[in-house]
Amino acid sequence: MTESSLEHNSSQQLESAPKSVKFSPLFAIFVQTTQSLYPPAMATSRGETAATDTTVCIHCGDPIRGDGVVEDGRVFCCNGCRAVYNILSRSDACPAPVIRPVSDKRFAYLDEPGVIERLREFSDGTITAVTFSVPQMHCSSCVWLLENLYRFDSGILHSRADFLQKTITLRYAEQKTTLRKVVELLASLGYEPMLTLESLEKNPRRNPDRSLYAKIGIAGFCFGNIMILSFPEYFSGGAVEPALKSLFSYVILALSLPVVFYSSTGYFRSAASGLRRRVVNIDVPIAIGIVILFVRSLVDIVGETGSGYMDSMTGLVFFLLIGRLFQNRTYDSLNFDRTYTSYFPLAVATRRNGSESTVPVTSLHPGDRMIIRNNEIVPADAVLMAGDAAIDYGFVTGESRTVTGVPGDRIHAGGRQQGSAIELEVVKAVSQSYLTQLWNDAAFRTEPQGNLSRLSNAVGKYFTAGIFLVAAGTGAYWFPRDAATAWNAITAVLIVACPCALALATPFAFGTALRVFGKGRLYAKNADVVESMSRIRTVVLDKTGTLTHAGGSGIRFVGDPLSTDERIVVKSLVRNSHHPLSRVIHDSLEREPALPVAGYEELPNAGIAGVVQGMSVRVGSCAFAGRQEWTARTKSSDPESSAADDPARRPPDVEHSDRPHEQRETRSEASQRVYVSFNGRPRGYFSVAGKYREGIAPLVDRLRRTYDVLVLSGDSDRERNALHERFGGDVPLHFNQSPADKLAFVADRQRQGDSVLMVGDGLNDAGALKQADVGIALTDDTTAFSPACDAILDGSRLPWLDKYLSFARSSRTIVLLAYAISVAYNSIGLSFAVRGALSPIVAAILMPVSSITVVAFASLTLRALARKRGLL
Amino acid sequence: MSVIVILLGFSMLVAGGFLAAFLWAVRSGQYTDRHTPSIRMLFDDDLKDRRDTSDHQS
Repeated sequence: MTESSLEHNSSQQLESAPKSVKFSPLFAIFVQTTQSLYPPAMATSRGETAATDTTVCIHCGDPIRGDGVVEDGRVFCCNGCRAVYNILSRSDACPAPVIRPVSDKRFAYLDEPGVIERLREFSDGTITAVTFSVPQMHCSSCVWLLENLYRFDSGILHSRADFLQKTITLRYAEQKTTLRKVVELLASLGYEPMLTLESLEKNPRRNPDRSLYAKIGIAGFCFGNIMILSFPEYFSGGAVEPALKSLFSYVILALSLPVVFYSSTGYFRSAASGLRRRVVNIDVPIAIGIVILFVRSLVDIVGETGSGYMDSMTGLVFFLLIGRLFQNRTYDSLNFDRTYTSYFPLAVATRRNGSESTVPVTSLHPGDRMIIRNNEIVPADAVLMAGDAAIDYGFVTGESRTVTGVPGDRIHAGGRQQGSAIELEVVKAVSQSYLTQLWNDAAFRTEPQGNLSRLSNAVGKYFTAGIFLVAAGTGAYWFPRDAATAWNAITAVLIVACPCALALATPFAFGTALRVFGKGRLYAKNADVVESMSRIRTVVLDKTGTLTHAGGSGIRFVGDPLSTDERIVVKSLVRNSHHPLSRVIHDSLEREPALPVAGYEELPNAGIAGVVQGMSVRVGSCAFAGRQEWTARTKSSDPESSAADDPARRPPDVEHSDRPHEQRETRSEASQRVYVSFNGRPRGYFSVAGKYREGIAPLVDRLRRTYDVLVLSGDSDRERNALHERFGGDVPLHFNQSPADKLAFVADRQRQGDSVLMVGDGLNDAGALKQADVGIALTDDTTAFSPACDAILDGSRLPWLDKYLSFARSSRTIVLLAYAISVAYNSIGLSFAVRGALSPIVAAILMPVSSITVVAFASLTLRALARKRGLL
Repeated sequence: MSVIVILLGFSMLVAGGFLAAFLWAVRSGQYTDRHTPSIRMLFDDDLKDRRDTSDHQS
């Protein structure tokens, strides 16, 4: 028994959208505007849903979702596989282009020099390099095809795909081809690049940690060699020949230079920028430690008074850099910095003096006429001039709900037209529209405060003050007695106090938590987010799309898939009923035409029946349209049959009585089933998920024990009672909140000294997500859009939110304990140092041991804790 | 003991070679995209009309 999806089932879209090449309108949404971002955990879950008898692609062997591509009786998962199969099957002949690029005037704007100038990465007058985002890339054939583009267009010199980031970088000869031709080729192959406003911003995603690897490599190399060269001195008891000893010392000195002047530059820079802002961050004592270690060792080596502490210094830098690497667990395919520009089109068709042309949206001015076709996004606030508007504001509110409009109506930017083309007159420029002006707010202009942990900075301040105090005390004690020992003792204090373990505790503890969260499908941007989560006091929840399901996402048909004819019949019947479930089914079949129904009848508490094209159809409760044994047979194959498994609870059926409001609300917790039978034979059922996400009410209950919980909604307050019913009367609810209101609300709470966690999903939450101390974007499929945020949470794991927050708090406790260990080690070191008796070998043992203890303590305790709480 | 000086020189040379190889790997993007090469290595490159051999460099 297979499950077939209707087009609204979001998890199925996740799978099928990038593969389908017969672009249905809904697939086209994904193709045009979303960036595929399977995080590692999502990618593994793909295999689980593969049903046993799914057909597989004849070329790559992947299971086929949706319709696939059929040619000569062979079924392919995507156009890429079909093209590759064709090329391979006639490898003797010249691989005549299977697909000829079609000229498409949609891409005419790509001929404009201004657009080319901003899209390209590099040009020397003959060769141009450009990177496109190609979210449709999903299998090895896609990679092969995209890397063999030269077979189709000899002007393309070289192309290289990045599978995880879903990008392709290519170089083409300007004499032989144009940017427009390249894009048209990609589009006709089924890989239309995602050209959004964001593409105009120069290359936002170049990885900065490439230099981090080099720094670690160099620091590790120098550290290892310096250690080996220091061993003779440590273990020979002074029996090394003076000539060799001096040679070793100078080689050590030479090896330490790249570590000080290249590998540790980041710490100097961070300390300097901190001091300029009059903040003593944790990098200040680290930088001081490195400098003192280096200068003291330099003086020792050159003055031949000792062998120096270069091994400790390079080891310190090496460990710190590894901590930095650990802290930045990156999710290649996730993007946390999106603004509206990631979703808005690059260009739009406009009509001037009767002729149509495509212009970049940035050059739209009030008064311009633009043409928006099916599935295109309205890029600016406008007034409808002609055509029937059916605008889906799903991108803005997070809920797919179509709003219709007639000429004269105002259409806000961010809506997506569903249906025939409409003509609009621009009222406001793109950046000044109702939605987009949110990004002019100060919250989006403030530079991020570096990626320094606030906790370690706060401790670092006292720590720095403390060691200076000890150093001054040591100096005051020794100077009157012995100036040489004073210099020894003071530098030794500063060396041993270098907060290596302190600086490692934070990245390893929060970095471990970051990985634990990643396994639980909460993808945090960096380790600092975990720390911010640990100090949250207020949790603000968006309503639409966060507490509720994203529109229509929860409907699917269980049973053998319905044929097109059957879908038409079902739609024709349900369109006559006004019951909410009938409406949901009707909306899910929006592409099918409707036919007249004979003998329609509606039976309260049972269902609806009628005859369409000679076929007798029943849609309704199990008793009315299903059969008990049928239910029993399919129970095992239905993954969401929790309601049916509970014998005390009858499967919720379609109700056609006017039940009291509250009762319907409680029922909507679980999924409901609507059975379908044709000519008396049961065919299967629609599973309709409840309006509210499962586990929301218990989550709010648990959260309220520790946090202030609030709900912000952009909707009117018609659901106030339903929400009160669900969460209890004392959860503050705020309705009619505009995107700017939400931002202001969060900012206001923060001014009162609150740390705010915002959970939202749509672009209308983008301001609040950005302003909040932690903004978590909720998404049901990670291929869909998510606004700029600190973390992305899979919708199904929302009930775990309190677990994550309490784990973040535990991580903070572990960090504080690690600090205590680190301070204990430092005290031992200081007891040597103040006496002027810190020999290089004591420093060389103490430093790595303290670092390893702290790192092991932080990561092992947190892993054990995560396992105990069921997070791992 | 002057053999130690020679040994030191050689060991530095060998280790430096590995360091250079590592830095080359970082610079050529092997730490940037760690997934696509695992797909790319499965491609046959025995197609008869292979005219561009340059796409093994980055």
